[in-house]
Amino acid sequence: MTVQEWTFVMVGMSFAVYILIAFKSRAKSTSDFYVAGKGVNPIVNGMATAADWMSAASFLSMAGLIAFLGKDGSVYLMGWTGGYVLLALLLAPYLRKFGQFTVPDFIGERYYSNTARVVAVLCLIFISFTYIAGQMRGVGIVFSRFLEVDINLGVLIGMGIVFVYAVWGGMKGITYTQVAQYTVLIFAYLVPAIYISIIMTNNPIPQLGFGSTLAGSPEFLLDKLDKVTTDLGFTAYTENTKSKIDVFCITAALMVGTAGLPHVIVRFFTVPSFRAARKSAGYALIFIALLYTTAPAVSAFARMNLIDSIQDTEYSNSPQWFQNWETIGLIAWKDKNSDGLIRYSSGNALDGVKPIYIDGEGSSGERLVLNEPDFSNENEVYIDRDIIVLANPEIAKLPFWVIALVAAGGVAAALSTAAGLLITISSAISHDLLKKTFMPRISEKQELLYSRLATAFAIGIAGLFGIYPPAFVAQVVAFAFGLAASTLFPVLLLGIFSKRLNKEGAISGMLIGLIFTAGYIIYFKFLAPELNTSDNWLFGISPEGIGFVGMLINVSVSLIVSSLTSAPPKEVSSMVEELRQP
Amino acid sequence: MDYYWKANLKILFCLLTIWFIVSFGFGILLSDWLDQFRIGGFKLGFWFAQQGSIYVFILLIFTYVFLMGRLDKKVSEERDKKDS
Repeated sequence: MTVQEWTFVMVGMSFAVYILIAFKSRAKSTSDFYVAGKGVNPIVNGMATAADWMSAASFLSMAGLIAFLGKDGSVYLMGWTGGYVLLALLLAPYLRKFGQFTVPDFIGERYYSNTARVVAVLCLIFISFTYIAGQMRGVGIVFSRFLEVDINLGVLIGMGIVFVYAVWGGMKGITYTQVAQYTVLIFAYLVPAIYISIIMTNNPIPQLGFGSTLAGSPEFLLDKLDKVTTDLGFTAYTENTKSKIDVFCITAALMVGTAGLPHVIVRFFTVPSFRAARKSAGYALIFIALLYTTAPAVSAFARMNLIDSIQDTEYSNSPQWFQNWETIGLIAWKDKNSDGLIRYSSGNALDGVKPIYIDGEGSSGERLVLNEPDFSNENEVYIDRDIIVLANPEIAKLPFWVIALVAAGGVAAALSTAAGLLITISSAISHDLLKKTFMPRISEKQELLYSRLATAFAIGIAGLFGIYPPAFVAQVVAFAFGLAASTLFPVLLLGIFSKRLNKEGAISGMLIGLIFTAGYIIYFKFLAPELNTSDNWLFGISPEGIGFVGMLINVSVSLIVSSLTSAPPKEVSSMVEELRQP
Repeated sequence: MDYYWKANLKILFCLLTIWFIVSFGFGILLSDWLDQFRIGGFKLGFWFAQQGSIYVFILLIFTYVFLMGRLDKKVSEERDKKDS
């Protein structure tokens, strides 16, 4: 069978399983729809959380990103796992004890204010849509590369599948499909990683393999990688390029942002008790760590392989994958010194970084690009970081079924995250905006209908994002985490750990955090991107890390404003008291 | 019940201190200094940044589950004693 046939089989089978599970677990009440009836086993929920959390970005892009960032990549590894410690210790058990359906629910009740609730809903919707756009792009990439269908058709198929099980099954359907999706995606991630680890280091455990010696050589893989990267003009692989303060702030913003992401928090509303919520966060992190500790190994292997297989080879002798990805438009080669050899080193190959392809072939048969070469360096290759995980099995010449499995895993990662986000958005609309704020008279049945309509509506918008991907998608990822860190996390945390915090404090804190963080990111990413260098940043902190500062500002403002205004009513402090008891 | 909350805060404080030292300490601030030591092919600071901190995070959560489980049990036993 060809790769394409294998992929059809793998992706098709996984889709059939998802639909079957959704059919078996349809939602019958709003509690089913929002929080899966609060009856999910903590281990099952841990698995579902892991699938919910690990998006197309974790699965497809992260290892590639780390392969090019080297040690700086640890901001993602620590940032996207360390948040679970905060979640398990500071938020999840208390929010579960509170026992409502959504995150804005808690904020609305704790701060006895519908204004606070609506501000929280707005933050939630913005964060979640930012995230969904990335998932749709992931589905598009996988479909166009492996099934050779049009990207738009791929997006439509993905939307159709999510539509069936999210609208039908709500949180309950999603939970059990996410368990299946986790199984697919982790298998798809580990199999090629183990293969490559054996090929390169004779060690079947990738986590140990990338600290081992290269097969048939006494040299450690990381030492060789350090040497090769330095020779090519990069920073050594195991050393930081970013400043300490920036690495610190980005890691902190990602950790705190993770703990404040509504679609992650709400997963802990689905378990039976607050004790189960604690435990479930631990299981979630184990399932997540399986991928997150493998990723940096994959990165190191990929970087080594990449350099080995293209450096100084003639274009006509370049590996098949190189030309495949060039056809897709994620690799470009500009023969700067016209010697017919591929030369990969530090710096941008092309003026304007991203290639703009034109018809016709160059003298070696490569795709021509409109961009002028960037002569300030010798690098001739443009490589999109997103391809590393998808191309890795090809680079390491693994069997076709493994390549197909990776495609199915990528789709699983994208769909599971998209579905979790969609439910979060729709429950914020139908529960917090309609039922709790604007249409309190609707019955449970009507609310359930509205939540299904809201899900369908959100899927429609997400589909548009996938078909017409806004150019700013990559730019706004910092937004999702920055905003979660600087708006939702502090009000949730202080809502539990401070009885004195009142609505004036919470609302002003959220607004200041929002304005400061959004303002900083918008300024450097959109208004003045040419100034986006460390010299101009506040204390040398990049827009990616500014959410941490936003959080500190939010906390200070909340506390100061609260101490100047009247204390919250008695019911609220006894509610907080209640949350703190076993 | 004040006792329960205070004991909880104490546990939180200890575990979060470890959380901070391992990630922000070993993985970032002290990372370059730790790089002079090695385990196998890893420089130690690099290992903490890309592997070790994650393993410690898992241990921390399960330690919290264990300690709080013990505390919950103790508090509920004392409550039963008072009631009877």
